[in-house]
Order: sequence, then C-alpha cells, then structure tokens
Amino acid sequence: MSASKMWIAYLTVMRKELVRIFRIWAQTILPPVVTTSLYFVVFGTFIGSQLAPIHGLSYIQFIVPGLIMMSIITSSYMNTVSNFYFAKFMRNIDEMLVSPMPDWLVIAGFISGGVMRGLIVGFFVLLVSLFFSHLAIFNIFVLVAAVLMTSVLFSLAGLINGVYAKGFDGISIVPTFVLTPLTYLGGIFYSITQFPEFWQKVSLANPILYMVNAFRWGFFGVSDVPVWICFSVLVSFTLIFTAIVAFLFKRGMGVKN
Amino acid sequence: MASAVSVLNLRKVYDTGAEALKGVTLSVEQGDFFALLGPNGAGKTTLIGVLAGLVYKTSGEAGIFGHDTATDASRAKTYIGLVPQEFNFNIFERVEDIVVTQAGYYGIPRAQALVDAEPILKDLGLWEKRREPSQKLSGGMKRRLMIARALVHKPKLLILDEPTAGVDVELRRHMWTFLRKMNAEGTTIILTTHYLEEAEQLCRTVAVINKGEILINEPMKDLLERYGEKKLEDIYINLIEGESGQTI
Repeated sequence: MSASKMWIAYLTVMRKELVRIFRIWAQTILPPVVTTSLYFVVFGTFIGSQLAPIHGLSYIQFIVPGLIMMSIITSSYMNTVSNFYFAKFMRNIDEMLVSPMPDWLVIAGFISGGVMRGLIVGFFVLLVSLFFSHLAIFNIFVLVAAVLMTSVLFSLAGLINGVYAKGFDGISIVPTFVLTPLTYLGGIFYSITQFPEFWQKVSLANPILYMVNAFRWGFFGVSDVPVWICFSVLVSFTLIFTAIVAFLFKRGMGVKN
Repeated sequence: MASAVSVLNLRKVYDTGAEALKGVTLSVEQGDFFALLGPNGAGKTTLIGVLAGLVYKTSGEAGIFGHDTATDASRAKTYIGLVPQEFNFNIFERVEDIVVTQAGYYGIPRAQALVDAEPILKDLGLWEKRREPSQKLSGGMKRRLMIARALVHKPKLLILDEPTAGVDVELRRHMWTFLRKMNAEGTTIILTTHYLEEAEQLCRTVAVINKGEILINEPMKDLLERYGEKKLEDIYINLIEGESGQTI
C-alpha cells in the first residue's frame, strides 16, 4: 500500500472516529463535562473558597489542571478500550483487517481515536473551567506535550485492556478499580507536600501524579515534582506500553487466530 | 497467468490443538465461479480466513493472483472482497458510511468512493436506504449490504461465505442473477454454501472439503457426468458419509 493510500486510510479511520464521537456526544462528551463542572462548583467554589492557597494558587486554580487532565485520561482510555472491544466483539474490526492497511496502521487508528476524544473532551472541560477560574499559560510547549503524551499513553493502556477483555466486565474493571483510584490519588485535589514524608513517597509511585503536575506546571509553573522527572516518567510508561502493544500486535491482538 | 487462488499444502493448527486444515492444495483459475462445499467445521471458513488475512497459517503457501498472503499480504488483499458468514458491520452506522468507509481502508478517497458506491447500492436495492442506520435493514438487506461493502473497491476475487443463509427464495434468485453478472464481467467468485442446488446452478468448478482435507476438486460438469443421474446433493452426501465410514 503506497504512502498516499495509507494516509487516506488513516484519515478514513479518523473521520469515522470523529463521526462516532459526535454522534454519541451524550455518552462521549457530555458526561465528563458535567462531572467536572460539578467538581468546579462543589470543590472549587463552595469548599475551595474556605481553603488556604496551595503553591500560591487559589484552590480552584490549583485543581483545574488536574480535573482537565482527569477527563483527558478517562476519555482517551475509555475510547480505545470500548472501541477496540466492541470492534472485536461485533467483528467489525475485520473490515480493517481484510483491507490492505498494515496492522500498525490499524493500531495507530485506534490510538489516534483515543487521543482525539481525549483532546475534544479536554477542550470542552477547559472551556467550562474558564467560567470558574482564571488560568494562565506558563509554558505552552509543556502544556501541549503533557496533554498529547498523556492521551497517547492512556489510549495505549486502553488498547491493551481491550485486547485482554473477554467480556463487558473486562472493560470496566480496570477503569473502576485501577484508573479511578489512581486518578483521585494523583495529586489533583491536593499537593503531596501537604503529606507526611512517608505518604509523599507512596504518592510518588502513582504515575498519574507526574502527568497532573506536568500539566499544572505548564499552566502556572508550579509542581510537586521537577518537570523533567514528570516527562521522564511519561516517556518511560509510553515506551513500556508501546512495547506491550507491539508484542500483542505480533500475537494477533486477540483478533487474529 | 497466475491463478486467482493458489494454495499448497496449507495447514492450520489452532492453539487448542485442533487441526482445521491438513495440507490443503487447491487452485482457483481467474474468472472461475468456484464452489467450496463441506459440512460445518470442515475448514471452509478457516481456509477463507487464511486467504483474507484473518487467520495465520501454520505452514504451507497461499497466494492471491500470484501474491503470497503472508509475505505480500497488503498486495494480495487488494484483490479480495470478502462477504463473511455473520453480519459484522457496525449496526449504528449508516449504510452509505459503511460502504464508503470500507473503500477508504483501501486508500480510495471519499469523494471517489461515493461515486463508486452509487451503482453498487442501486444494483443491490439499497440506494433508498443509504442514509438509514444499518440496524434498520431487513435480514436480506443486511446480506446485500455486506456484498456492497465487499465490492466497493472493485475486487478481482469475491469470496462469499454462505451469502444466502436465511435469505428468502426471491432474494436468493436476485442474488444469483447479481453474482452471475459479476462473474460474467470478469470477477472470480468463490462461494461456500449449504444450498447445493445453488452451487450446482452457479458454479463451474467444485471442491469438497471435510475434516480439513480436500476430497474432490474438479469441474462441476465432469463431476455430474461421472455420477450419471445423481444430483450434486446425492454426490455430496456420498462423499461426506463415505469419508465418515457410513453408508447411504
């Protein structure tokens, strides 16, 4: 398949994803926007106004980057895990597998779909956050890099989950019992510097902490962890998950016998 | 001139240990209308899966118009249009989108695909339903949608895995006419079916596979002549039950 045909095939996958995301906007876009709006109102405005500033930021300013990142993480992950699982379950993944598209391009399509949904949801949550808080941009490159790398990472993670999922339970267990706790404990609502030393060290084992802090640094220039460490963790996890996907890819991704 | 399909000593052993194909050798000439018959579990769908790139072979060779399905898979796949046994499109997508998106996977720009899809959808009686979600189609229309999807990139080889299963008589006859027209226009067709009358009516060559092995592979005319008065159905039952050590 020539490069130009591969590009058309890739754009086709993207278009299909975009149509799907907006066709079921009440499932894909609206829930995270409503949920994070409630966080802004309850934690940011009502409770946050009673709390002392953190790193020199008002509480609502402090939590906004983390809440945007949370919606990006969840949306990217859920898009690939559900999309891949349903394509496998309904066998409409065969539409791509019988075509001349190389397998890596099929995988790139799923990953890009996850990234796209993460960015769309993140954008809408960002818009809503502007009604509640004033945001600054400290470093646009760090912001963009943190968003893109995080959405790629969690799209890869969702794809791995989708490959192993044997039933509908299999696509909800990890998001519910792993992703949600890690996200809530990932420094969105607090700074780990407020913890005793032992719990600070425990918190450093949570990879989401680094993503949230990298993103917060991009907005306000404050972070619990040096930003280069945040990106080292992001790159490391991305490489590990890419290696896992490459391995699964050679084994047929659970869709080829 | 390369055969449309050439298969040599093809074996497939699944992870469970089941040997679905036991050294199958087969050739389908360009322009042929070829029947691949066999009981459920005989290995038909596995063989089709290997040809279409959905199943990894264990050993042997498989080629489409001279292109190896393992080492030159991308090229080989451009020649194939596959109509699978089960409905496997996204039921929430519109008819036209399913067909046009499939063309996109072959590198055909959307504007061109829309033009290409129109006569196919009209021929198959789906044009009026093109804006409908596919879940609203009747069973027969869903079958035709799978054929339309398989044809949109103008394949030289059309593989139909039980395309008329559960289809009423009138629609089946309509599909026969359509397939004959496709074949007359040069498309090589491989058909698997449990309706042996269908194979007898449509196909010029027939192969029977059972338990992963080819029992016969010859022109339909020769086979029918060799067995005299018998119909294909009788010959088929003879072969399968003879293979199983049973008598009719």
